[in-house]
Parts: sequence; C-alpha cells; structure tokens
Amino acid sequence: MKKFGKFMVSAVAATLVVSSLTGCGSKEDETEAPTETSAETDDASVETNEEETTTSGETAEFLIGGTGPLTGPNASYGTSVKQGAEIAIQEINNAGGVTVGDTTYTLALAFEDDEATEDKAIQAYNTLMDQGIQVLMGGTTSGATIAITDLTAEDGILQITPSGSAPECIQYDNAFRICFSDPEQGTAMADYAVDVLGYTKVAVIYDNASDYSAGIAEAFEEEIAAKGGEVVASESFTTGDTDFNTQLTKIKGTDAEVIFIPAYYQDVTYITKQASDMGMELPFIGSDGWDGVLATVSDPATVEGAIFASPFCAAVDDPNVVAFVEAYEAAYSATPDQFAADAYDAIYTIKAAMEQAGSTESEDLIAAMTEITVNGLTGESITFSAEGAPNKEIKYVEIKDGQYQYVEE
Amino acid sequence: MENKKKLLINVVIAIVVYAAVMILLNSGLLNRQMRSLITPICTNVMLAVSLCLIVGFLGELTLGHAGFMSLGAYTGALLSLNLPFPPYVSLFIAIIAGGCVAAVAGAIIGIPVLRLRGDYLAIVTLGFGEIIRSVINALDITGGARGLSGIERLTNYNHFTLVFVLTLIVIVVVSNLINSRHGRAICAIRDNYIAAEACGIPVSRFKIMAFIISAFLAGIAGVVYAHNIGILKPANFDYNTSIEILVMVVLGGMGSIKGSIIAAVILTALPELLRGAADYRMLIYSIVLIAMMLFRNSNFNAALIEKKNLKAMQKLQKEGK
Amino acid sequence: MSLLNSILEQLINGLRTGSIYALIAIGYTMVYGIAKMINFAHGDIIMVGAYALYVYSSILKLPLVAAIILTVVTCSVLGIITEKIAYKPLRNAPSLAVLITAIGMSFLLQNVALLIFKATPIPFASVVNVSGIRLGSLYLSGTTLVTLGVTVIAMVALTLFVNKTKAGRAMRAVSEDRGAAELMGISVNATISLTFAIGSGLAAVAGILYISQYETLMPTLGALPGIKAFVAAVLGGIGSIPGAMFGGIILGIIESLSKAYISTQLSDAIVYGVLVVVLLVKPSGLLGKLKIEKV
Repeated sequence: MKKFGKFMVSAVAATLVVSSLTGCGSKEDETEAPTETSAETDDASVETNEEETTTSGETAEFLIGGTGPLTGPNASYGTSVKQGAEIAIQEINNAGGVTVGDTTYTLALAFEDDEATEDKAIQAYNTLMDQGIQVLMGGTTSGATIAITDLTAEDGILQITPSGSAPECIQYDNAFRICFSDPEQGTAMADYAVDVLGYTKVAVIYDNASDYSAGIAEAFEEEIAAKGGEVVASESFTTGDTDFNTQLTKIKGTDAEVIFIPAYYQDVTYITKQASDMGMELPFIGSDGWDGVLATVSDPATVEGAIFASPFCAAVDDPNVVAFVEAYEAAYSATPDQFAADAYDAIYTIKAAMEQAGSTESEDLIAAMTEITVNGLTGESITFSAEGAPNKEIKYVEIKDGQYQYVEE
Repeated sequence: MENKKKLLINVVIAIVVYAAVMILLNSGLLNRQMRSLITPICTNVMLAVSLCLIVGFLGELTLGHAGFMSLGAYTGALLSLNLPFPPYVSLFIAIIAGGCVAAVAGAIIGIPVLRLRGDYLAIVTLGFGEIIRSVINALDITGGARGLSGIERLTNYNHFTLVFVLTLIVIVVVSNLINSRHGRAICAIRDNYIAAEACGIPVSRFKIMAFIISAFLAGIAGVVYAHNIGILKPANFDYNTSIEILVMVVLGGMGSIKGSIIAAVILTALPELLRGAADYRMLIYSIVLIAMMLFRNSNFNAALIEKKNLKAMQKLQKEGK
Repeated sequence: MSLLNSILEQLINGLRTGSIYALIAIGYTMVYGIAKMINFAHGDIIMVGAYALYVYSSILKLPLVAAIILTVVTCSVLGIITEKIAYKPLRNAPSLAVLITAIGMSFLLQNVALLIFKATPIPFASVVNVSGIRLGSLYLSGTTLVTLGVTVIAMVALTLFVNKTKAGRAMRAVSEDRGAAELMGISVNATISLTFAIGSGLAAVAGILYISQYETLMPTLGALPGIKAFVAAVLGGIGSIPGAMFGGIILGIIESLSKAYISTQLSDAIVYGVLVVVLLVKPSGLLGKLKIEKV
C-alpha cells in the first residue's frame, strides 16, 4: 500500500500542476504578441458590433486561427500554410482591411503547431479557441483536420481547410476545403492519362502510410480499370523512405508505359532521381503534391516531361501569381508551393465570406460560403458547394525545359 | 495501522484530485486547451504506469509499448463502431476486448523475453511494435493509412469520471501487484535473476505474467485514447510513441509508480505550456528533457535525497525509542 | 527479363541501401561497445554531417576536400561536446537514463537544424564523381561503389585500430571493465571522448555519402537510417564491428528482396520479423559474442 500512497501524493502534485496550468494558460496569452491583441480585440469587436448602429468607421481586428505541423517530419507543409496565409493577410490589411457594414476589420492570424498528429491537432485547436479565434483556417494534413472537424462542428465555427484532402475533412456543414479531394484527383488523373495522354498500361508508386497518397492511388487504380486500362504494377513505400530502387526495378520488369506517383515533392525527388540513375525512360505523371519539385531536385532533367495535376503553379505569368510569388520570396526567401497558395486562397475566401455575409459571425459566414465566388491563385472563380467542396477546374502542369508550364489543351 | 492510515490518506487524496478537477471543469475555470489535456494526461499516466511494471519492476527495456496500445485502440474502436449496443455498453465491451487482445500480444512478445536480455530485447520489442504497426497499415479492416474515423468521443473531458476511474484502476492494479508476493518475485528477478531462480522463483512465468498484465493495461489506455481523439492512424503508433512513454517512466525514476505518474503529467503538459514559445517550443522541450535527466542524476539531487532519507531515519529512530 | 537477372538487380539495390546502413551501424556499434550506451542521437549526427557539408561546400564554397575534412571535424567535435555535456554526468546512472538524454539530444539536434535551415528540403548535388559499373542490364552506381569501399575500409581500419594500437587497447580495456582500466592508468574520460570522436566522425562520413546517394537535405533525414542502422547493429551482434557491417548489408538485402518478391506493404514487418527470428535463434546477433552472466 506504500506505493499507492506515493501515487496519491503524486496525484495531488498532478492537480497542482494542472491547476497551475490554467494560470499559465492565461499568462501565455499575454506573452504572445498577436494573441494579446486578439484577446483584447475579441472583446472590442463584440463591443463594436453593438455600437455599430450609432458609430461609423469603426476599426477592429478579426482573428483567424490556423493549425498545421511546424515541427517534425511534415513541418514544411504547415510552415507553407502559415506563410501563405500571412502574405494574404498582409495584403488585405495593407489594402485597408475588410469592411463589414460600418466596421473595418484588420485580419490577424494565430497559428498553432499540430505536428501533423491528431491529438496535438485537438490541443492546437482548443488553444486557438482560448485565444478567441473567429474562424479556423486549418488543419493542414487530412488526419489532423478530421480530428478537429467534430469540435469545429460542435462550436459552429467556420472551418476552411486549405489542404485537408480526405473526403471526411468536410463531413460537417461548417467545413469547407480549398484543395481537391483525394478521390477527385485520382479519378481526374486516371481520366487524363487514358483519354488525353492515351496510356493503357500504368504503374503506380504510392506512400501506403499517407492517407493522401493511398487515397489518390486507390481512386486512380479504380478509374483506370473502369476505363479499360491496366495497372501493371502497384508499388508502395512508407513515409520517410528514401530508397525506391526496388520498386523501380520491379516496374522496369513490366510493360508499363507510364509511372503515376501520387506523392509529395520530397518523395518524387527521390523516385525520379533514382529512376534516371537506373536509366529508366518511362514518363511520369503525378498529383498536386508534385508542386515544388523543381526546387528540390538537384537535376531538373530527372523530372523533364512529367505532367501533374496542379491547381497552382509558381511559374505562371498570371499577375496575381507573380505578385504572390514575389511577396512570398521577399518575405521568406523561398518559393511558395501549393500549400502556401491554398492558404492564401483560404484567407481571401474568408474575406469574401465576410463581405458577402455582412457579419463576422460564423453562422452567417457559413451561410455566405455557398454564395461567394473567389478569384484565387488555385483557380479562377472558385465557388463552394453546400457540402464544402470547391468547384474549380483541375489544371495540368508539365515540366518543360526545367520550367513548369500549363499543358495547352 | 500504518497501512490503514496510508490507505485512508490515499483515498482522501483521490477524492480531492477528482473533486478539484470536477470543480475546475464545471466552473469553467479551466481553459479549453487545458480541458482537452485531461484525457491525454490520464491516458499517458495509464501507459506510463503499465510500462513501469516492465521497465521499472521487471527491469526489462521494451520499446514496443505503442504496439500494445495500438492493438487496444484498434480493437476497441472497431468494436464500438460496429457493435449494435448502446454507446456505453459498447465502450465497456471495447475496453475489455481491447485489453484482452493486447494481452494476447503481450504473451506472444513475452516469450522472447525468456531468451533475450537488455538491448537485444529492446530491439526485439521495437521490432514487434513496428510489425504490429505495418500489419495494421496493410489491413483493410483498419482502414489502412487513412485509419479509422468517426469513433464516438466517449472518453473526452465530458466523461472525466469514467476516465479517472479507469486510471485509478490501472494504478491500483499495478501498485497492488507490486506489493503482493508476485510483485516481490518480479522485483527479485530485476535485482538478480540468477539468485531469484536459485530461490525457486519461476522466472519465466513471472516475466510473461508481467508482460501480459502490462499489455492488458496498455490496451485499455489505447481504447481510452481512441475514444478521446475520434480518429486512429497507424502512423501515431510508431516507435517514437513507445519512446515517449519510456521517457516518462525513466524520468519518473524507474521503479516508482509515483514518479511515472508525475512524469507523465509533466511531459504531457509541457509541450502545451511551451506553445507561447512558438518556433522554439520543441527546442526548449528537448533542453528541458536533458536538463531534467541530468538533474535527476546529479550530485545535488543525490544530496537532497540523502538529506530526506536522513530525516526519515532520524524520525524512525525517535519513534523506535 | 529473366528471374535471375531481376534477383541480381534487387541484390544490388539491397547492397546500395545496405552499404549506408552498414557504415552508420559501424559507428553505432563502436560507441555501444566501448561507452556501453545506445546513442540515439547518432542518426542526427549524420544529419548534422550532411548539413555541415552543405554549408562548407555550397555556401562557403570551400574546395571539396577541405569541406569534407571540416565536416568530419565538426561532427567529431560535436560528438565530444555532446558526450561531455549530456552523457558524462550520467556515467554512473542507470544505462536507461543515458538512453533518455540521448533521445533528448536527438530532439535537440533536429530542432536546432529545423530553426537554422527551415523545414523545406534543400537539394544538394552529389559530391561523389565516380562513374558506376555496368554489366549488361546490371548497374552499380558510383556512389554505391564508394560507399561500399568506404565501409570496408572503415571496418578494416577500425578493427585494426581497436586490436593493434595502444589507444585501441585502452578502448577494449574500458569496455571490459572501467574501474580496472582506470587503475591500470588508462584515462577513461579521454578514451570515451576518443570513441565518440571516431564514432561521430564516421557518422559525418555516412552523412556525406547519404546525401550523395539521395541528394536532399531535411532536418529529419537522420532518424530513419539511424533506427535502421541500430537494427542492423543488433542483427550483426552489437559491439562487433564486422558484425555491424554484415548486419547492415544483410538488412539492406532483406529489405530489397522482401519488397521485390513478397510485398512492399509488409516489407517493414518482414524485416523486423527476420530480426526477431534471428535473435531468437541466436540471442546475441549473428556475429556477437554471447556473454555468460555470472552471479
């Protein structure tokens, strides 16, 4: 029983810690600069709402929450989302903010790290709610997004995920998505491969530990079969793998005409490099995770001629894209990828919803979501269905002469 | 007499802890971030205490605890998703079944324990953990990489009483076991297994027993974890998770249930408390981890413990007179 | 393509990953053998080595040889510093305590790298300019050849060093019995520092060859090869230098063959399954010495 006694002592210690945490929690709010203002302005905005009828030209702050991995193996995705959103917010604020009724709102972003895990995502979201966010732009990865959808639905807060591509990410009415869903993309790529490019025998290499990659691969393989094509090799790997020679050797032994890689650019970099080392000359097609691949390959020739579905391409000479890429490069000395572009569009979507709704209440914003049209980086005149999916055209990008180019239809 | 007094104190403390958390929860004093930490803290306490049985008392290093946890989590989640009973009945069945499946795995993994020691055992358990994870990842019924979602959140902070009771049960099971005859046998194996064997303790039987019990409890923790998060993905049960639990046990001072509990609470809360540090969060976390380990084993700490022991000794001597 | 040909190709693929595992495992096993601790931060020293090479050769534009030497020196110094700060104070603590600080060290290095170099992967062209060998349809790349060569040289040199030199003898003495070694006039601290310097230097070399093979820098690049190399070291019999080399290459080949002929989905499970079976049959690894414990 002695040990049990010790436990009890510790249990008290535990409560002490827990109770002191509540204190710390509020203290923390004060240490973080954007949060501090947000907490205050949260109250302020409530006040201004009440006063709206009497005064005009009020300014207030509208706090947008964001979640995504900033540490760990997936850190680059969350970092891109955060930075893309920051660019959009700065642009909007510099242009005078968002005018809703008589009040002009400046936007602010509070971003919390979720390490791309489900339990941390819940923590991150709750932390943001403590800080008084008014809408959520997140999460970044599908699993983490799904984990918080229940909570956002319960809170009735508008959730726009820039890049959560699993179908379940938008299972509730309050959740919307900027990117394409996994099955959508897989099916579209399969159609494109068979109908436009004329391939019938395809090989697939996908990441079986990633819902994104496995989800696209599954839909792709089904659609290929439905179109009368044949998947001659379906090879998987595990997140973090860097050696793909075995899979490539297997594919080399088949009569595949093309290799489909639904994966992110890091994996693509390894696969294409190793394929070229092996002397393979099969063409590649890929998913939107490919965007950014030219920045990580050491020799662009390894991905020459590859075609991938992409809503966004940093090298296009669209004036909006050019301005975004320039601002992003100036601020972070890095080339934006589609995560950054999705987040940028998410912020503009929120702005559009605010203006359409004439309110900052999530309930009104959610209702306004189906009425708005957003001209974004990842698509012209994007509209949203009541289910939360975006209506936008899938574009195909080809890597030609070491540059991204939209495929001309 | 002494024991009874201690028992009473323990019960009082348990009630106080429970009441304190309940008051904090219901009065709204707890912010949302901390509120959502309650179940993870309890889950980690369960995991740390169950691992403490193997690492701290049996003295074997294992790196596959996340494997037991994942078996419990997946079994529990599949049952509560598919059983036609009311949620709480399903949850009850899920908890028992989750524990049992994990216990079976514990028995299977316990067998190599008989042949292997130290780092070799560590790597074999790590291997088992990874095998479980990649099999779960490859199966259809578990949803593969996309995982299982839509699990009803029956163990989140709204159900604190349930989670608290489960945590208490885990702690009581382990502490009672340790203080029983079996527990003393287990500790004897840790201290010197050759001597223990020579004294007639059936070493193999006790080793497997410890593994089975520990796995069972980790399985229960897994079920609680699943019903708190609502979504399970195989990637969350890799060796890093096992290592996280191990860190709690070691930091708590191996062989101390109290220590494991405190360490589990601190290490679960720490990354959340450090959110204010933004980019430097995980950096500070790692520095704190190293610093705590160094402090635990420093001369200064040793002197403190000595002082405490001395006082206790003097007190005992006085009482003796 | 004939079956034989494809098997040979897959064996070469195995050799390619295996040679990297082997090189890392040698460093692992050496530190383990002498300092008696699992240095979980070993994989991250590889990462530091990779980034150090990138800084010296791509940013500071130093000549390649100078950059490589500086990289090795950087990692050796880092190895000694980590040992002095994080491991030495725990020399008399339970071995698990050191394991945990090593894990903390691993987090620390990863997060420092994340803060300095950011999360975006950095491309890095191979520094190995050796042409590969082509035999019919079989192709052995230059990097693989160099890695294999370096691994064999490292294995032979280390074995000779440990067995033939005075410092090596000191290492073995420290490994055998620290107290007795001290009484014989061996400086335990200096010997362990030397061990860490050599182990980390090897990790630097492994880092250089690793990015020459895979050409992308990420803060977490050391984690997976680190754990695989640890498995390889145990498979070969931890503490045994030839065992580490052997274990690394076997591991690479098993991985490749199981992916090629059984299932890419289950290859991890198969690799670990083999490990479990090997250890059950031979509890001290393939080439490890079985220590009989006495009362």
